Parts: sequence; structure tokens; C-alpha cells
Amino acid sequence: MSTPTATAVSRSGSWARDAANLTRRILLHWKQRPVSIALTLLFPVLIVLMFRYLFGGAMPVPDGTYTDYLIPGMLAMTMLFGLESVALAVTTDAAKGVTERIRAMPVSGNAVLAGRGWADLLNGVAGLAVMVTAGLVLGWRPQHGLVSTLAALGLLLWLRSAFTWVGIYLGLLLKTPESAVSVQVLVWPIGFLSSTFVSPDTMPTWLGEIATWNPLSSTATAIRDLFGNPTWATHTWAAEHAVPLAAMWPAVLTLVFLPLAHHQHRSLAS
Amino acid sequence: MAYEEEWWGHSSAGITARNLRKRYGDHAALDGFSLQVRPGTVCGLLGPNGAGKTTAVRILATLLRPDDGQASVAGWDVVRQPRQVRYRIGLVGQNASVDEVLTGRQNLELFGRLGHLTARVARTRAGELLERFGLAEAADRSAAQYSGGMRRRLDLATSLVLAPAVLFLDEPTTGLDPAARIDVWAHIRALVGTGTTVLLTTQYLDEADQLADQIAVMDAGQIVAEGTPDELKARVGPDRVETVTRKPTLDEVFLHLTGHAPTTPHQAAGEATR
Repeated sequence: MSTPTATAVSRSGSWARDAANLTRRILLHWKQRPVSIALTLLFPVLIVLMFRYLFGGAMPVPDGTYTDYLIPGMLAMTMLFGLESVALAVTTDAAKGVTERIRAMPVSGNAVLAGRGWADLLNGVAGLAVMVTAGLVLGWRPQHGLVSTLAALGLLLWLRSAFTWVGIYLGLLLKTPESAVSVQVLVWPIGFLSSTFVSPDTMPTWLGEIATWNPLSSTATAIRDLFGNPTWATHTWAAEHAVPLAAMWPAVLTLVFLPLAHHQHRSLAS
Repeated sequence: MAYEEEWWGHSSAGITARNLRKRYGDHAALDGFSLQVRPGTVCGLLGPNGAGKTTAVRILATLLRPDDGQASVAGWDVVRQPRQVRYRIGLVGQNASVDEVLTGRQNLELFGRLGHLTARVARTRAGELLERFGLAEAADRSAAQYSGGMRRRLDLATSLVLAPAVLFLDEPTTGLDPAARIDVWAHIRALVGTGTTVLLTTQYLDEADQLADQIAVMDAGQIVAEGTPDELKARVGPDRVETVTRKPTLDEVFLHLTGHAPTTPHQAAGEATR
């Protein structure tokens, strides 16, 4: 057996480089499984087509077209889908023994979580690109210029990174891909109980109230403001302060779930 | 001290575990586990299902924290210096495996990089190991398409990427057909010739008999007997009922020491559905 010379090994690997290598691993997954990633990216487009053409005719948006209302909502919803995909990916790694293999390497827990987080953020960027393109094809247009548009995309990715930590935490907690399916089941009601597809005004009052405070609604309403798209006017406090709320909600989620995810990863050793 | 000495200086230390304990609720998975494996030797850890073999390996491989006790691997403390340990160990486990989406080559390069080899060295090392484990042709196919034997060879190759001083093999041939087992054995024997210390857990007594210099029999979270295969066989004594010349098999030693009948390869293969 040939032993690599000692000089080939640097003992001070930085966590950022480890995280970059782990991110690269997930990008290689995309390359190895292009069909699977394409389906994941196109799934939200299918939902948009369903809502636009199956339900859209019955959606009276007072201050614009349903397409202009729907696309920002669906952009926010696409960010939420990251939660289930990341939870599934984390449980799959555990089930396949990849988690153990990586934990036996001289790589810190921070690097493992950061690698997963960065990869999912890239996934979010790809998801946004696909959905924005689909929106433009369907006739949706941002109205308020480049800066506002970029701010809106920034808020979306900020939400995505918060959902990523929730997803990583749930994946570590649930352990098996079978139980990660429960996350997928939960994501749908949470996604629908918001201003994604319809105005909370059209819901029973108490339900509309909950929907208004859904972090997804804050981001959806905030980016509708920033894009200059119709908001299907709701005059609640939460809707009027959507932009600051869209900045705050992901911060709160991150502050709660990032430490929880770290704690859960450390507890793999107990 | 020269870097190279510093790097390999401790690797002559083998494995030392003293009085390790690990509880899960009411169940003591390890109940005062002590073991010494001399550097450059193979220790076979035998025991029935649930004896604590995997718990012991996971603690020694820094994947699990013991509740109590001490252990050092390749000269470093597994609890206080896990990172130093991880640079010097390889793990082939029931639980640790390769990334099936990636190709064999991608796996080897990835884990080389995670062990902080430079990109160039990781690439060279991957090529070397693919060649050595007969995976050169399949190198650029996804590991999901590999046969069980090929995947296990890739597993073994991946765990050798950093040329570890200590190698943990947790039931390395479970679920493999006889030809693939013999093939994996040959690779393990080749490794031992180069000074690597190996801790091998197995349910197959012939596997321990074939490979191990030293055998430790585990039951209920402890080592209940230790010695060379011949010493253990001598302890039970020759079989008096049949012929005087027949030595007891390790199966009989196992039964004598633990009161459990050992799992046969056939049964174990049926259980190993992973």
C-alpha cells in the first residue's frame, strides 16, 4: 500500500473550505441526476399553470390580473418548498450512511451545516430563476425598476435561508426519509394558509387573520409591493408593514432554528 | 520535531480502551468495555447481536461520546481530540457508507478533500485506489449501479483515502456473496502487511479465524474472553465425544463463552437487508 506523504496533508482545514467541498458534493448530485433536479425545479411551474389556467378564471383581483398576483405568491411558495427538499436530503444522507462517513472525517459540524445551507441557497437561486422566467413568459412584469426587483429577490432568498435551517433541523430530528414525508404533508397547509394564492380577505375572518401573519404572506405581500404588483388590498397592520415583517420573520426563524439545527447535529454523538 | 515524525509518531499506538460505558435508558450498551489492540495487528471483535460491538466501534471512531471511560486511537484521545483521531482512522461500517449518487471517483476525491488532501493529491490518490480495488473501469459510473461487492470495495477504498493508521471494519462482509467476501478478505490481508491496525467486528467466526491475530469475545457490553484463536480454542479443550483429534471450532468457543449460539453467515445474510 502506498502511504501519501505527510506533507500532502494539511491539518488546518478551514471550515469554509470544508463547507465549499460539501456544497460541491450537492452540485455534483445535480450533475449526476439532471432529470431529478429538473423535475424539482419545474414542479412549481406546474402549480402556477394549474392556478393560472384552472382556477385563475374564478379569481377576481380588484387591482390587476391574477397572473400578477399569483407569480409573487408562487415565488414565495417556491422558497417554502426548499424546506421539504432539504429535510428529505438530510434524512436520506443519514439513511444511506453518508452522514456517518462525513462525521468520521476531520470536518466540523459547522462546515456540514453550512455546506448544506449554501447548496440549498443555490437551489433557491435556481428555483427563483425558473419561476421568474415562467412568470415573464406568462406576462407577469415587475413595475418598479431594478433596485426594487433585486430587493424583492433578496427578501425571497432571505426567507429561503430561514426555511433551510428549519428543514435541516427537522431532517436531523426526524432521521428517516419515511418520516420526512410528514414535512411534505405539513408544507402544503402552511403554504396555502397565506396570501400566496388568494387574499386573506376572502377567508373566514379568524383564518384570514392567521394567514396574514404567516411569514410566507409577509414576504409575498412585501415583494408584491416591491414589484409593483397587485396586493389584492388587505388593510391589516401586517399587510401594511409587510416589508419590515418580511425582513424580520426570517431573522426570527433563523435565530430559533439555526441553533436548534446545530444542537441536533451535535446530539448525533449522544 | 519534523512534520513527518509528528504526523506518524503517534500512529504506532494502536487502540486502547479503558472501562468504556454507554447507556441508553435502562440498557447498558457498553458496561465497562476495555480492550488493547497492538499496532499493526488485527483484532477480531466477536459477539452476538446486541453485545455492543457497533457501539464500541462508534465510540472509538469518534462518532459517539461514551458516558464514562477513556479511549485512545492512534495515540489520540477519542473524546478530547476527535479531530486528530479522524485524520488517522478509516471506517467501513454497517452505518457508514459511500454517496451512491456520485461515481466511485467522485466519492474518493470528495472524501480525500474532506480529509484535507490537496485537489491534486486527492485526484492521484483516487486513481491509485480505484486501480488497486479493481474499480478502474467502473470509476466514472454512479455507485448506485455497483454490485454489492463493488460497493463494499469502494467503501473500503474510501476509508483508506487518508492512509489511516487504524482501520475499523464493522461487519465488512455482511450481505456479500462468498466470492466477494474472499475478495474483501484479500484486501484486508494486504493492508495488514503494511502496518495498519485493524479492529474487525464480525458475526462470522471463520472471518475472525481467517484474519485476526487476536480475538476478543464480547457479551452484554463487556469483553468476556481475549486471546489468539488457538488460545481460545485450547481453553475450551478438545471435543471428547467425537474424536480426540478434532479441535473445537470457534463456533463452539463462542457458545461456551457467551451461552449464545453464533449467527451463521446464512442467517446474517438474511438479516442484512441494508
